[in-house]
Amino acid sequence: MLEAVIFYVFALAAVVLGIIVVTRRNPIASAIALVGTFFFLAGMYAMLDAHFVAVIQLLVYAGAIMVLFIFVMMLLNLREMGEGMVADIAGATTRGILGLSAVGLVGIGIYVGLQGVAGRKLGVAAEGTGTIEAVGRALFGGSYLLPFEIASALLTVAMIGAVVIAKREI
Amino acid sequence: MPLPVPRPFQRPARGATRHVEVGGVRVPYELVVDPWPDPYLDLDAYDPDADLMPINWGPQHPSTHGVLRVKLFMDGEVCVKAVPYLGYLHRGVEKLCEKLSYAQVTPIVDKNDYVSPMMNELAINMAFEKLLGVEPPPRAQVIRTIFAEMQRVASHLLWLGTWAMDAGGALGGGATLFMYCFREREMILDLFEEVTGARFHYNTHTVGGNRHDLPGGWEEKAIRVLDHIESRLPEYEDFLRDNDIFLVRTRGVGRLDPLLAMEIGVSGPSLRASGVDHDRRRDAPYAAYDRVEVKVPVRDAGDALARYEVRMDEMRESIRIARELLQDVPAGPITALKPVKMPKAIKVATGRSAYVGIESPRGELGTFVIAQNERKTAHLPYRLKIRPPSFHAMALLPYLAPGATLSDIVVIAGSLDPILGEVDR
Amino acid sequence: MSAAMVLDNPWLRGLVIGGGVLGVVLGIVAYAIWFERKFTGLMHQRPGPNVVGWAGLLQPIADVLKLFQKDDRLPAAVDRPLFVLAPVLMLAATMMALAVVPWGWGVVVADLHIGVLFALSITSLAAIPIWMAGWASNNKYALLGGMRAAAQAISYEVPLLLSVTVPVVLAGSFRLGDIVAAQAGGRWFALWPPGPGFFAFVLFYLSSLAEANRIPFDIPEAESELVGGITTEYGGMKFALFYLGEYLHTVVASAIASAAFLGGSDMGPLGDGLHWMLLKTLLLTASVIFVRWSWLRLRADQLMALCWTVFVPGGLVLVMASALWVHLT
Repeated sequence: MLEAVIFYVFALAAVVLGIIVVTRRNPIASAIALVGTFFFLAGMYAMLDAHFVAVIQLLVYAGAIMVLFIFVMMLLNLREMGEGMVADIAGATTRGILGLSAVGLVGIGIYVGLQGVAGRKLGVAAEGTGTIEAVGRALFGGSYLLPFEIASALLTVAMIGAVVIAKREI
Repeated sequence: MPLPVPRPFQRPARGATRHVEVGGVRVPYELVVDPWPDPYLDLDAYDPDADLMPINWGPQHPSTHGVLRVKLFMDGEVCVKAVPYLGYLHRGVEKLCEKLSYAQVTPIVDKNDYVSPMMNELAINMAFEKLLGVEPPPRAQVIRTIFAEMQRVASHLLWLGTWAMDAGGALGGGATLFMYCFREREMILDLFEEVTGARFHYNTHTVGGNRHDLPGGWEEKAIRVLDHIESRLPEYEDFLRDNDIFLVRTRGVGRLDPLLAMEIGVSGPSLRASGVDHDRRRDAPYAAYDRVEVKVPVRDAGDALARYEVRMDEMRESIRIARELLQDVPAGPITALKPVKMPKAIKVATGRSAYVGIESPRGELGTFVIAQNERKTAHLPYRLKIRPPSFHAMALLPYLAPGATLSDIVVIAGSLDPILGEVDR
Repeated sequence: MSAAMVLDNPWLRGLVIGGGVLGVVLGIVAYAIWFERKFTGLMHQRPGPNVVGWAGLLQPIADVLKLFQKDDRLPAAVDRPLFVLAPVLMLAATMMALAVVPWGWGVVVADLHIGVLFALSITSLAAIPIWMAGWASNNKYALLGGMRAAAQAISYEVPLLLSVTVPVVLAGSFRLGDIVAAQAGGRWFALWPPGPGFFAFVLFYLSSLAEANRIPFDIPEAESELVGGITTEYGGMKFALFYLGEYLHTVVASAIASAAFLGGSDMGPLGDGLHWMLLKTLLLTASVIFVRWSWLRLRADQLMALCWTVFVPGGLVLVMASALWVHLT
């Protein structure tokens, strides 16, 4: 009962903040709202017993990535970015069509999802599915070791590339 | 008296070899890089992609040592141009002195360099004595020198405390050192209070001598206090010199080129920290400095750390000089003139002028006086010009600030020891 | 409803213990401020607070009352919602980390099996309210402070996580309760195994100073340079919340350090209990205060250089060393 209440509070907050993210003209306000969305999403992960994902969501997305986002926004000129950015993309009709199709796509997604769920009994994941131990076993001991190592190599290459680009003079 | 003609001030080119005249010795000085940044940088010609942010550093800023205002143009956290605006503490002291008789000027100039009032009094009265051709008696000379050296210690203590606050924060380690420095400075002020009755604006120097004689037993007390302060100095050095954070904050920060220092007219510890061996106490002795040996500490690095080291050594040196003089204060009168009862008592012959420079804690504190041309107003100075060392030190900011971060500018400005009362007068 | 029922229901237990812990910790914070002022007075050879109550003991209460009475002004040019939200979020982000701290005798709000990670990720979120405050103040000094804070927070998160990985590797669990249990009998990780544990403790301590914006790493508010940095435009209770958040961060970091490195509630042959944990936390907080009043401040770029050239490589070496230790024993 209490869990349901908390779930609805979190879900509502996440949705409202998500709406704020796309409706604000001030990119800083959007960014802050996005942090809030991440936060409530992390709360929902935690309630689904996916603790590791929840903490990483906070640590990486809400903590590090958003601060980086904010840095990039500060480096760009905000006033130019805030005004007229949306209006210049397309005319009113095009924007209307685009918006409606986006809503339609989301609706289709929800419908398909519900269809998939309908008539099926929702099982509860086995105890300890989302814990660090489980994630660690899957990544390092299971069949995901190679993809994991490839992904780390890829990220390392990207990081070195970024350093090289940033320090062009050397 | 011919006035010095200002020389054209040019930035030396990179790679040029210059010579610096240091105490009669020519020291070769090669410029490997641009010796200092251009203070007259054209902001329009600066990188157009850079988003320069002007910051008003002061007049209400915790670490401007008063009401200095510097407009800093920052590229990110690095300053590209600094423009000082002076005059927030301008009180028209020089003009005021033209309306006051020679006997009345002393308490007014006390407030110029409010950290070392003894020095202001000494400078102005020495200029008047030169104008009159009066020589104070030996006892007065020795007392003046003792006061001057003790005032130098007090002034450097205040500088050390406030500078530590600049580097370490008023709510951090800096405040601790500040309290320690004030604890010791208080003892010197107590000694002065015992002689003059005032803790700060003493009005003890008069034309021709001193107003207050030393009370009985003062000499022994003063020696005890000086010994105590000397025993405390290692504590400050433990606090700063042995602290890596202090070293990385000051070493190489605000490097002052000796040539630039001399062009701008910087004097005192800031000049000596840049390797120029110049001290009026030794080079042109006044008061009783001919009775003692004055050792002048010099450093070559020219950075904030060197300025700190020079001032710490100077404190030790001042304590030694004052103690030496205190052990043997000559007996006799303390003034060459009869005590002045009337403001108009001191009259100067027409058409005379005098310049006297003394070594204040901040550098050469000069006073230039021109007497009246009419007999009727012979008790008033015609023109009185004070040459404050801090003014010249502040003129360095546009040269030292570009290329430094805001944190460094705070340390650099503090290391030059500016007193805004003296800069603006 | 009996006490057992309360303790069996995780929600009620969290509420009761959480309320208790929060109350005690906020009291500690208020008296940490009193202690700091008294202790600083001792260091400075001056009395410190001595007017309100015996030895100024009522001073924190008087301060809070005074701050509540202050006119709650909003400067004209601020970004209102962010400006008001920032101090609240700052305090909230730090408070949440209290949930996973094991105080001893089972006093823990929620002993998550990702406790360490949770605490660090939540406290690192405090960078965002600080940055928000700097941005919303519409003041150049505040903005510089906010930018510095953001850069500092994301940089020092790395050595902080690396250093806390050492006890995690040694204990084989992310749960703070397990880490404390692994140190039972005086085998604190700061002492045993010799080497990685101790250095990791030092690294954690220094990185926590940086995360909590304490001297010598308090460059975001550097009052001698930035006139107070992010708090320049704040006054009254809003300012007090920042102040409280900073102290709370210090206390929370001290508590986590006590649990992860100093054996938590364990005191070797002297038994174990809540009081030992509290004592360790208070001693660490006092040491932070001592460091604050005896050190100068680093420059922003030196701070970054220290992090990326010394702390991060050092942390990596420590993690490897501890892994090697666990592998060999």
